[in-house]
Amino acid sequence: MSPIFNSIERSSVELTKEDFVSGLPVKWCPGCGNHAILTAVENVFPKIGYKKENFVLISGIGCSSRFPYYVNTYGFHGIHGRANAIATGVKVANPRLSVWVTTGDGDSMAIGGNHFIHIIRRNVDINILVFNNMIYGLTKGQYSPTTPMGTVTKTSPYGTIEHPFNTGELVLGAQGTFFARVPDNNVKLMTEVMFEAAKHDGTSVVEILQNCVIYFDKGHSHITGKDVKDDMQLILRNGEPMIFGSKRNKGIRLKGTRLEVVTIGENGITEDDILVHDQYQQDPGIHLMLAKMGPPHFPVAMGVIRSAMYPTYDDLVEIQIEEAKKNSNIKSVNDLLNSGDIFEIK
Amino acid sequence: MSKVKNAIELESAVIKFVGDSGDGMQLTGTLFADTCAYDGNDLTTFPDYPAEIRPPANTIDGVSGFQIHFGSKKILTFGEKLDVLVALNPASLKVNLKWTKKDTIIIVNIDEFTQQNLEKCKYDSNPLEDGTLKDMKIIKIPVNTIIKEKAAHLNLDNKALLRSKNMFMLGFVLHIFNKKTSYVENYLNKKFASKKDILELNKLILKVGYDYYNELPDVKDISFYIPSAKLEKGKYKNINGNIATAWGLMAAAERAKLKLFLGSYPITPATEILVELSHHKYLDVRVFQAEDEIAGICSAIGASFAGALGVTSTSGPGLSLKSEALGLAVMTELPLVVVDVQRGGPSTGLPTKSEQADLLQALYGRNGEAPLIVMAAESPADCFYSAYWAAKLSIEHMTPCILLTDGSLGNGSELFKIPDIYTLPDIKPPYADPNKPYYPYERNPETLARYWAIPGTENLRHRIGGLEKRNISGVVSTDPENHELMVKLRAEKVQRIANYIPEQEVFGEEQGDLLVVSWGSTKGVIRESVIEMQKEGKKVSHAHFKYIMPLPRNTEKIFSNFKKIIVCELNNGQFVAYLRATLPQFKYAQANKIQTLPFLISELKEKYYKLLEE
Repeated sequence: MSPIFNSIERSSVELTKEDFVSGLPVKWCPGCGNHAILTAVENVFPKIGYKKENFVLISGIGCSSRFPYYVNTYGFHGIHGRANAIATGVKVANPRLSVWVTTGDGDSMAIGGNHFIHIIRRNVDINILVFNNMIYGLTKGQYSPTTPMGTVTKTSPYGTIEHPFNTGELVLGAQGTFFARVPDNNVKLMTEVMFEAAKHDGTSVVEILQNCVIYFDKGHSHITGKDVKDDMQLILRNGEPMIFGSKRNKGIRLKGTRLEVVTIGENGITEDDILVHDQYQQDPGIHLMLAKMGPPHFPVAMGVIRSAMYPTYDDLVEIQIEEAKKNSNIKSVNDLLNSGDIFEIK
Repeated sequence: MSKVKNAIELESAVIKFVGDSGDGMQLTGTLFADTCAYDGNDLTTFPDYPAEIRPPANTIDGVSGFQIHFGSKKILTFGEKLDVLVALNPASLKVNLKWTKKDTIIIVNIDEFTQQNLEKCKYDSNPLEDGTLKDMKIIKIPVNTIIKEKAAHLNLDNKALLRSKNMFMLGFVLHIFNKKTSYVENYLNKKFASKKDILELNKLILKVGYDYYNELPDVKDISFYIPSAKLEKGKYKNINGNIATAWGLMAAAERAKLKLFLGSYPITPATEILVELSHHKYLDVRVFQAEDEIAGICSAIGASFAGALGVTSTSGPGLSLKSEALGLAVMTELPLVVVDVQRGGPSTGLPTKSEQADLLQALYGRNGEAPLIVMAAESPADCFYSAYWAAKLSIEHMTPCILLTDGSLGNGSELFKIPDIYTLPDIKPPYADPNKPYYPYERNPETLARYWAIPGTENLRHRIGGLEKRNISGVVSTDPENHELMVKLRAEKVQRIANYIPEQEVFGEEQGDLLVVSWGSTKGVIRESVIEMQKEGKKVSHAHFKYIMPLPRNTEKIFSNFKKIIVCELNNGQFVAYLRATLPQFKYAQANKIQTLPFLISELKEKYYKLLEE
C-alpha cells in the first residue's frame, strides 16, 4: 500500500462477488477467454477490500473494452486506445479511487501505444489488464501488434511481415514498475496476480494470454494447453526458485549473462543452482530476461515478473500540491488576482 | 501626473519596439506598457514575433516586435499606424515601415545600420540616407557606441554589454513621453537581484538612454504627455488573454467548488495557459502535461468523470486531434472546457499569427451529430469572463464547451479591472441525488442536463461511454427510435442554453440602415469603425457575438430591425455561413480579411459606405 497517500477508503463490511455483478447480459462469444477474466475480477475486487463505490473501470475500444459494462462499479467506456489517458485524468483528479483499465493488444499497443508507454513511464497508480489475444477481434480478424510473424490473417493473406511486440519487454522498456503475465485458463493465478497488481503502487500491467475463439483460436495453446502447460509455463513465486515442468525437475539458471534451462539431478545440477525469483529488485535486468523467455527453448514466465517500488505520479502530484499550499499566502483566486503588479485608481 | 511643461498633450499614441529575436523587444514593450498602466493610461498591447526562437540575426525572418496603444481615452484597438517606431536594426525597420505614416517618429540604433546588416535584409541602399524616410522624423542614435563608452568600467564583455540596448531605447522613449523610470527600475531590482553586474548595467543604461534625450538639440519639440484615462475606481492589472483565460477557469472552479484539472500539450499560441496554470498548485490546480493533444483532452474527460472541472487548451491543429474525444464528451454529457487559441491555418499554417478560421471546426468538426457550446472571447481581459462563463455553462448544462480565443487575444494585453469573483454569477453543478435510484440519462426537465454522479459516491455506481445509450436508463442501445430521440435531446439541450445566457446587446440604435456583426478578437476595431460611422451621421449599429452556439435568443429580432447586415471576420466567411444556415431569412453582406492581420478602420468603413450606397 502506498507509503504516502494511499487513502482509498476501505469497506467496513465484507464484500462478495455478487456486489460486483452488473447483471447485464454478457455479449462475448461462448468460449471467449474474457469470461474467465470477468470471473477473476469479480473474485478479486471484494478481496481487495475497498468500498465498492471506489472502484472505477475504464476501457477503450474492442472486445476487452466492453468489460466495464459487465462489472457493477463506476465504469467508463472510452474511445479507441485512450483508456490510459482517461484513467490518468480520473486518478489525478481523485487519487482516492482504485482505477482499473481493461484493454486489448491493439487498443493498448497499436492505436493507444503512446498513452500506454507514457502512463507506465509516469507510474500512475493504475491497474491495466491487457487482454492479449494477438488479433483484432471486434473488427473481425486483422493482425495486431502482437500477432506472431508470418501469421495469416484477414489483412495478412501472405502472412504478417511485422515483428510483434512482447508486452513485457515494452512495459519494462517504458520503465514499468509492475508486470505480470497469466494465461486465461488459470483463474486462480489470475486472481492472485490481480490482487498483487492492486497492492502495487504505480502502474501495474497484467498481460493475460487470452484466447479469441473465433479469429485466433488456440493461438496460445502451445503454452496454455492442458497437455503442455506444465512444461511451457514457469510460474514465478517471489523468493522461490524458478522450477517448472511436469516432473518439477526443470529450472532456470543464470549462465554468464544469459538464462538457461537446466534439469535438476542431471550434470550435478541441484536446486541451489536455480535462480530465486526476486520480483521486488529495482534492476530490471533479470525481469526483462524473464519477460522475454519463450518457446522453443524456454518456458513462458507467468505470475508477477516485476514489482518494484518507485514514487507514483499521483502521489507526487499530491505532495507538490500539499507543499505549495503550505508555502503560499494565496488561498483563493481573489488573493491571486490581487497579488503582483496592481495599479490602483482612487 | 500633472501637466508637463512644453510637452504636447496627446489623447493616445501608438508605439512599437522592433528588433531582432533575442533583443528583448517583448520585455521592453511589456515594461513600457506596465509603466503606462502605472500612470493610469488605458492601453492594449500586441506582440508580433516569429515562430522561430533565434532565427539568423539581422534577417527579416528574425524580426520581433511589441506594439503598445495607450491613451487617456478608452483604448479599443491595438492601434493601426505608428506614432513612434523604435528599430534596433535595419531588418526590423524594413518589416515595419508599412505601419508608419507621414509623421511617424523613427528612432534607430545607427550602429546596426552597417553595410553587412543592410545586405542581410536585402536593402540595396541605406534607407536612412536614400530618401525612403524623407517625410519622417528620424532620430539616429549610436546606441552600441554609447553603451561601450558609458559602461566601460563594468567588468563585462561586449556581448553582455550590448544586451542592454533595449534598456537604452526604453529609457529614451520614456523620456519622450515624460514618464518615469521607477517602475522599470523596480522590475530590474527584482529580476536581477542575484546578478548584481547585470542589474547595474541595465539600470545604468536605462538612465543613460533617459538622459541622452537632453543631449540631442533637435528633439526638443518631440516631447509628449498623455494624461491618465478616466478609468473607474478600482484595482487594475495589465493582463494578456492567455493569463486571463487561466484565471477565469480557476475562478470558475473555485466558485463551483470543484478541482480544476488541465490536461494539455504545448502548442503555440496556447502554451501560456498550460504554463500559467502549472504555477498554481497552491490553489489545488492539477495540471497534466500530456504526451499528446489526444491525451490532453482524454485526461480532462477522465477528470470530469471523476468530478473535477476538466479543461484542455490548444490551438487549431490540436483541436483537430481532439475531435474524436470531443464527440465522446458530447456523448457522455460531461463538463469539459476546450480553449482553442486560434492561429493561422490550415495545417501548421502560421503558428504565431492570428486568424478566426476555426469557427466551423468548433461548430461542426466531429463525426455524427455532436452539438456543443461555442463561445468566443472578445478582448484580452474578457478572456477571464468568457472562460468563467464557458466553465459555468459547461458544468451546469453537462455539455462540452469550446471557447475560441486567438493569438492576438492570447498574447495581446489590456487593463483588467480586478473583480471580486464572488460577485460573479453562481455556478451550481447538477449533482445526482445519492438517495434516489440513479439513471445516467435522466434529465433536468428545464435544462435537459443529465445529473452528475461522482465516482466514490455510494449508491450511484453507473457506466457511461461512447456507445449510444437508451434514454434515461443509460443501457447500451442500437434502437432506431431511441437514437433519434437522443440526437434530438442532445441538440435541444444545447439550444436551451439560450435561455441561460445574456441577451445579445446592440451598440447604437436598435434600428437602422446597417448592422455590423462580428465575433471574437475583432470587437475593438469594429466598434471604433462603427463609432466613426455614427459620428458621420450614419444609422449604423454593432452586434458583437460572444455566444455563438447557441445564439442569443433575441438575435433574430435584432437582425430584423436593420435594412442591411454585414458580417466582418478574419476568415473567408465562417460566421456568415453559420448565420445563413441558422437564420436564412436575412441577407448578409461580408467583410473578410485573411492576412492574419487585424482589420483597419478605413477598410471597414469603405465596405460600410459601399454597402449603404448600394
